Amino acid sequence: MSELKTTPLNDAHIAAGARMVPFAGYSMPVQYTSIIAESEAVRTGAGMFDVSHMARLHLTGDRVEEYLEWVTTNDVSKLTDGKGQYSMLPNANGGVVDDIIVYRVSDKDFHMVVNASNHVKDVAHLDEQNKFGVVMTDNTESTAMIAVQGPKAADIIKSLCDDPAQIDDAGMFGIVNVEVGGVRCFGARSGYTGEDGFELVCAADEAVKLWDALVAAGVVPGGLGSRDVLRVEAGLPLYGHELGDDLSPISAGLGWVISKTKSFLGSEHINEARENGTPQKLQGVQLDSKRRPEPGFPVLVDGLKVGEICSGVYSPMLECGIGFAFLNSDVKIGTECAVEIRGKAEPAKVVSKRFFKRES
Amino acid sequence: MNVPADLKYTKSHEWVKIEGDVATIGITDHAQSELGDVVFVDLPEAGRAVALDETFGTVESVKTVSDLYAPLAGEVMEVNGDLATDSELVNSDPYAGGWMVKIKMSDPGQADALMSADAYSASLDD
Repeated sequence: MSELKTTPLNDAHIAAGARMVPFAGYSMPVQYTSIIAESEAVRTGAGMFDVSHMARLHLTGDRVEEYLEWVTTNDVSKLTDGKGQYSMLPNANGGVVDDIIVYRVSDKDFHMVVNASNHVKDVAHLDEQNKFGVVMTDNTESTAMIAVQGPKAADIIKSLCDDPAQIDDAGMFGIVNVEVGGVRCFGARSGYTGEDGFELVCAADEAVKLWDALVAAGVVPGGLGSRDVLRVEAGLPLYGHELGDDLSPISAGLGWVISKTKSFLGSEHINEARENGTPQKLQGVQLDSKRRPEPGFPVLVDGLKVGEICSGVYSPMLECGIGFAFLNSDVKIGTECAVEIRGKAEPAKVVSKRFFKRES
Repeated sequence: MNVPADLKYTKSHEWVKIEGDVATIGITDHAQSELGDVVFVDLPEAGRAVALDETFGTVESVKTVSDLYAPLAGEVMEVNGDLATDSELVNSDPYAGGWMVKIKMSDPGQADALMSADAYSASLDD
């Protein structure tokens, strides 16, 4: 097995007693204290996650916008300076190379954040599609990234920030350029938990200073375990589970991230899936019990298999097992079903994927 | 890690309390810590016969699932019904409120093969 990479916050995680696990080639914290406690901190106060393993790419050039319209599914033309958007990198066959966030600094200056697990694949794909003279710089090693999430996240960042007005003024996916705890940060109002919050990028050698300032201000560190719980509660997909090279993003319910007007790599296949529908659709599944559904577990309606679980967690918010499943398209929300867990059919219900909705 | 001196232990992190020919079984403080928050414990029915090292149940936590292995052969006399509604007892009180089954031993001599508290503690340090 090849040597695991570490993030600039590795020593801080270990010193804080985190349990470290291999993830996407990195040694990452899976939990510090308890997955339930860390999830609750994000739902009730503020928590944070080291997401330095996610890859940060900088894209510049006269034709960068044209390039991004071709390699991403969302309408880049809808972005204004200082705004970001959730998007996907499509492949030529109507599947997905990765799901990503694209940020526009100016019409010739964009950033992209992609999944750690797809870093190498994405860079190769982006290079291959680059017939537009775009210059791509990989800033992953030279920077760190911390996601601060929760109803109190913005107030805490403001209290540590040289320019609190920027935090106040930033809308959803709005870019900020501020000092937090004395550390220069490029960031945006975004996250992976369904809560308000910011994802902050700073120089690698200042990451510990930023992390420590946030800890001192009461932000609770969380690991991959609670991050997975929070994203499932919020109805957010994870590449490799709900998205993949051979999965249609239409079946995953991500049509809202795909332009209906522009032409992009593989758009003819995605348009066809949108028009004709897909055999299966991603749905939420909520169990009556606390048992946790796992990827691959069958979902049954009237004893017949109608699909499989692709992600599952115990939800501290709902105090039961929840998950996502690709189910035959005729299975509607509200249907009584069962999840087969190690030979036992556990009663469940097909529900909206958005288990958690923030009150705004 | 808490390893009470008056209990016996297995390599698979069960603890055993022997009283006469009855063995009370649970999982150790180390085991619950490794598992994380326990959300479900699947236990056998009273009356079931279990063989030495047989899987007699599972513990499901927020992040993983672990089998329970019978440290002794015998018949299940009683299971801890409180765990059905309060599985968190396995985390908060692993050696008392979080007990799992009581087994009437068919071969009490098997208890001699279990580890002492010192031996178990030493195995955790390896």
